[in-house]
Amino acid sequence: MTQLVYDGSFEGLLTSIFELYERKIGDARVVRNGSYQSELTASYLEIIPDQKKAERVWNGLKQKLSVDKRNEIYQCFLSELPEMEGTLVTFIRHVFDSKHSVEKDYSNKSVLAIEQIAHKVYREKHRMEAFVRFQRTTDDLYIASIDPDFNVLPLIISHFQERYADQHWLIYDNRRNYGIHYSKDTFSVQEVRMEWEAIAHHEFLPASTCHEEELVYQSLWKNYFQTINIQARNNHKLHIRHVPVRYWKYLTEKRTS
Amino acid sequence: MYMWDRIQEKLQILSDAAKYDVSCSSSGSKRSNDSKGLGHTTGAGICHSYTEDGRCVSLLKILLTNYCIYDCAYCVSRRSNDVKRVGFTVKEAVELTINFYRRNYIEGLFLSSGIFKNSDYTMERLVRVAKTLRTEYRFNGYIHLKTIPGCSEDLVKQAALYADRLSVNIELPSENSLKALAPEKNKTDIIRPMSYLSNSIEAYADEKKVIKSTPAFAPAGQSTQMVVGASPENDLQVMTIADALYKKYKLRRVYYSGYVPVSNDSRLPQLGTPVPMIRENRLYQADWLMRFYKFSLREIVDPAHPQLDLDIDPKLSWALRNLHLFPIDINHADYEMILRVPGIGVQSALRIIQGRRYSKLGWDQLKQMGIAVSRAKHFIVCTSKDHPRDINEAALRQRILRQSKYAATLTPQLSIF
Ligand code: SF4
Repeated sequence: MTQLVYDGSFEGLLTSIFELYERKIGDARVVRNGSYQSELTASYLEIIPDQKKAERVWNGLKQKLSVDKRNEIYQCFLSELPEMEGTLVTFIRHVFDSKHSVEKDYSNKSVLAIEQIAHKVYREKHRMEAFVRFQRTTDDLYIASIDPDFNVLPLIISHFQERYADQHWLIYDNRRNYGIHYSKDTFSVQEVRMEWEAIAHHEFLPASTCHEEELVYQSLWKNYFQTINIQARNNHKLHIRHVPVRYWKYLTEKRTS
Repeated sequence: MYMWDRIQEKLQILSDAAKYDVSCSSSGSKRSNDSKGLGHTTGAGICHSYTEDGRCVSLLKILLTNYCIYDCAYCVSRRSNDVKRVGFTVKEAVELTINFYRRNYIEGLFLSSGIFKNSDYTMERLVRVAKTLRTEYRFNGYIHLKTIPGCSEDLVKQAALYADRLSVNIELPSENSLKALAPEKNKTDIIRPMSYLSNSIEAYADEKKVIKSTPAFAPAGQSTQMVVGASPENDLQVMTIADALYKKYKLRRVYYSGYVPVSNDSRLPQLGTPVPMIRENRLYQADWLMRFYKFSLREIVDPAHPQLDLDIDPKLSWALRNLHLFPIDINHADYEMILRVPGIGVQSALRIIQGRRYSKLGWDQLKQMGIAVSRAKHFIVCTSKDHPRDINEAALRQRILRQSKYAATLTPQLSIF
């Protein structure tokens, strides 16, 4: 068996698939850099991401798959799940090796698997669009930090860019240590990285960096959230299903202090 | 700081009074943010949070004021109730909406009001809030305005030009109950704006097909709410009204609100009476079957079965009453019939239709597609040979009820009865 080790980028993954075909490697495993473990019985091939090769694979997929299905491939990639590469390789091979379109063949395992992973990622994207809570700073930046299960930040940019076109904002992924900054002057976004110490454990801004009305609005929102609950209908199970506990730390309304 | 305390208090009182209106939908409308102002509305709507009773929080839902000249028995803001009365200024309501929206707390505003002075005076204020948001703040988020019963058509029209959705509540499932519990309201005042809107929405939509610049007119349509459990009507009566509203006035949604006791009025269930949550849930499921599963009213409730079954959902209930139509062959049946199988939803039905073109389906494939096979197996045949034997209604009902997953979701709610 051959292990193809790539750098964890989408381009790298597509390049790996290119090499599978180019070198006619049948028995293979594609693994990320970090999760590579040497195996005695496997030979090792390091993959250098190559834009041209990646594009050829992507263009090949364009011939065979709808936009939606291609988006699912990308979403699946963003899941960062351990089985992600295996599932994608099996699926893409199935696509290239079939004469007819297979994307709706739900009796095939890999077709279903892709859709299911993509669906999980989509749900996390949707959750982030819902659960991001901006805090306004003294210099009028609306800032939010997130810690999503999957790497969904790239998927939510356009939503926030359109919605908050007239305010400066920054959404920062604490776990993956990068963020997206939007400027209302240029209407454009930029990827940013902060010094780790500066942002770690600061889900909520210290009062000194908050805009003068920020804490008031946080408290108005918290009270509102409490008031609109109807005690006679309490249903904790349902509540937890919709707002899993791991998201509470970012939600202003759930903040205890 | 004094000012903020006042706002805090107003928000508390006016959101508390508004919370019994169950609608919180922010869907059905698309507004883009072409002018690079604030906000957009995506069509699907987003629940930004969920209260501890498990309900979606999507909109800032408030009354403009809880002063009211009416005395509806089921309402906390009724004239005769001894509660503190407050009101937001237009500017306060607008600022709250904007500031909540900018922090990504909400999709927009749901504004209702007690009736102060008269219907037109009240409605005019509600319209002014929406107008300010749209024109001065260039706000493209979602706005739901309550239509005040009996207000003028001109105000309804203006409201529709700024809001995404309008609603006027039917309140109670019969005219008699309306007379008994909301004596100052009458059916005509409620139906007239509904009918006017329904006609105008259609007219604007037609015009928009030809003239692109036609302004949006209540693009998310209109909805209404009925309180159930406050008065004696059965589910057949409730669903008959809902069905008529969908057909006649093209309502997008009818909401059913299980009555939460708020007074010791002898005309109403006493304080402490449990909220009829399962009944409410069954009504929503039945409503869903009419809107998305092509069931007709008479298939769900009829004079012989005027109440929805509380133990099992209405789709299963229908299937058990119609066992002679089953089992169906999953590899050949048409889409409409597959949709009617208990345990198969819209998405699964579509997958079956698509998947079976490639290869005939058995239990394994059906499971993989996310179908609740343990339930569906009683109603279908597929390529697998091991089908449950023919079985009668009572036995099947028992068997399905015993299935653990289902019982588990029901017990916590049942235990409150
Ligand atoms: S008119 Fe509306 S606010 Fe006034 S008492 Fe009746 S339901 Fe309540």
